[in-house]
Amino acid sequence: MPETPQRELTFAEAVREALAEEMRRDPRVVILGEDVAEAGTPFKVLSGLVEEFGRARVIDTPISEAGFTGVAVGAAMTGMRPVADIMFGDFLTLTMDQIVNQAAKIHYMSGGKLKVPMVLRTTMGAARRSAAQHSQSLHVWLSHVPGLKVVLPSTPYDAKGLLKTAIRDDNPVVFIEDKMMFRMKGPVPSDDYTIPFGVADVKRVGTDVTIVATSSMVQTALGAARMLEDAGISAEVIDPRTISPLDRGTIIASVKKTSRAVVVDEGHLQYGVTAEIASMIADEAFYHLDAPVKRLGAMDVPVPFSPPLEDATVPTEEALVDVVRGLFKKT
Amino acid sequence: MTTETRADRTDEAIDAARGLEFYSQMVHIRAFEDVVNDLYKRAAMPGLAHLYSGQEAVAVGVCQALHRDDYITSTHRGHGHCLAKGADPKLMFAELLGKEIGYCGGRGGSMHIADQETGNLGANAIVGGSTGIATGAALSAKSLGNHRVAVCFFGEGALGQGLLYEVMNLAALWTLPVIYVCENNLYNEYTHFRETTAGEILARPAAFGIRAERVDGQDVRAVYAAASALVARAREGGGPAFLECDTYRYHGHHVGDIDRAYYRSKDEEHEWMTTRDPIGRFGEWLCEQGFAAPVTLDDIRSQAATAIEAAAQFALDAPYPVAGDVWRHVYA
Ligand SMILES: Cc1ncc(C[n+]2csc(CCOP(=O)(O)OP(=O)(O)O)c2C)c(N)n1
Repeated sequence: MPETPQRELTFAEAVREALAEEMRRDPRVVILGEDVAEAGTPFKVLSGLVEEFGRARVIDTPISEAGFTGVAVGAAMTGMRPVADIMFGDFLTLTMDQIVNQAAKIHYMSGGKLKVPMVLRTTMGAARRSAAQHSQSLHVWLSHVPGLKVVLPSTPYDAKGLLKTAIRDDNPVVFIEDKMMFRMKGPVPSDDYTIPFGVADVKRVGTDVTIVATSSMVQTALGAARMLEDAGISAEVIDPRTISPLDRGTIIASVKKTSRAVVVDEGHLQYGVTAEIASMIADEAFYHLDAPVKRLGAMDVPVPFSPPLEDATVPTEEALVDVVRGLFKKT
Repeated sequence: MTTETRADRTDEAIDAARGLEFYSQMVHIRAFEDVVNDLYKRAAMPGLAHLYSGQEAVAVGVCQALHRDDYITSTHRGHGHCLAKGADPKLMFAELLGKEIGYCGGRGGSMHIADQETGNLGANAIVGGSTGIATGAALSAKSLGNHRVAVCFFGEGALGQGLLYEVMNLAALWTLPVIYVCENNLYNEYTHFRETTAGEILARPAAFGIRAERVDGQDVRAVYAAASALVARAREGGGPAFLECDTYRYHGHHVGDIDRAYYRSKDEEHEWMTTRDPIGRFGEWLCEQGFAAPVTLDDIRSQAATAIEAAAQFALDAPYPVAGDVWRHVYA
């Protein structure tokens, strides 16, 4: 077969393509959410789907997050594969009982009899001047709960492959997209591929330090790695892609090679994803480390509206470079 | 069940001075939103804003029925409530631009202005998120015996949120002085409320035994009359009420929502703006009563425009907070 040049899609287009392909493949897949049909969501991620699949499969709901999430749980238990759309990750708080007490536990509590094959798609990320109730990254809340899987794609390629896996998974999967990445472009094959959960991706190979980064922080880490290159430091960037399940092996192998590690994630630092990964590294690679494991995350304050304040709360390439360089200072 | 329509009840006396005050407030709100839209288009305002233009008669009619120390809670579309309750446009603009001198030190922005001096417990970016707060303020008023009333403003989209029904039940059980003001502007973002709202809206509060009324939200006199009666009743211990106001937003859901044809027609927009405009209609009434001449109203409008421009300029010139202060106010 002749080589076709790789297509480029935006992150939003990759998500839409994954949904469209899965909906064509499996009539049980339906989308539920606010303004998902003609509006295609405020971010236009779902534009065009209602035209192809109709209103019976791309279902506009009232502003009832708890209600339609609960309906998705029940539909998933009885033969459907719903994808519930929570417009802003901040509104996950409204769905918590249905996700945490119901979806996450039903398979276990029923002794394996019942299954909840649903996806909760939502967003995360600050820096859009949207203030404290539209800017949070709450993925760690869900990662704390056994029974849920949590996916944080960082490229269009990963978004498509991981979303297909999420839809085909027999468990409740929370799929979280950073709003700042929707327009980011990248190569995406037009064929049907999936990416397994629990398999990290080495986004950049390096020898001196391991940077473990999630979601949009992968781009931050890659930018920092380029700056570090100029300073003679070779950084390896690892994207876990799913934080639950977490690919411990790839991270540990990298740290054993580089002997230094920084973990960066846009959730708050306190009790965050970074804490979990850093403790794992300290535990499993302690004797290989030449410096303490460092963490970078959103400042532990509600996300402020004012631009100079908001900018101070999000991890930046510069801040990451400083932290990495600190690991190489002789004391 | 205590459901009734009171669209034509305007028996509350509005004299010339009061009438001009109503008019001036509505005009200031309209001017404020025009400048916000302009700041957005000039990329001079961070983020987005949800404009209140078209709904002025609701905020003004209701807040005119309140005392300064009565409480309100507001929504993402909250500038009108805030101004009608007595806020200073200078400090509001400063908040919208993220400036230190703004109402919330720039921490909150357009969707979170709060001002306890005027009883404003805050706008809210979670649909339905303030229904508990307003009901709690009413519990305080009752417990402290201070005769205050709380008004909970929300859009009809919030009818989808379960919290509203939990707190209405509490308010009815405990006879709390709270008025739930539902501004029905027909659309939850980009979806018509008929597609998201089953049954009759007023039947919902009525099921809890809450007094429920509906009023033409483009008629400030009607809103004022209805709100005055319900507020007085609540203040005297008569318990909660629900007031549905039929209204319309003139702009998009937010300032960036320009292409709206897929969810509402230009004809519909035109119809509301030309035949039911709350400012135009009330201006005509003032003239008919001999309370104002058209030229007086022209003056009020141009003075408002000038004052609002000056307020915006004040905010544009004000300094941002310093980044080092980002830690302040996380805890009290
Ligand atoms: C709990 C929650 N869900 C969704 C949203 C996103 N959202 C913001 S405004 C809005 C529509 C609100 O409609 P309505 O309550 O009628 O108020 P309007 O915008 O018409 O004034 C939606 C869905 C939100 N802010 N909060």
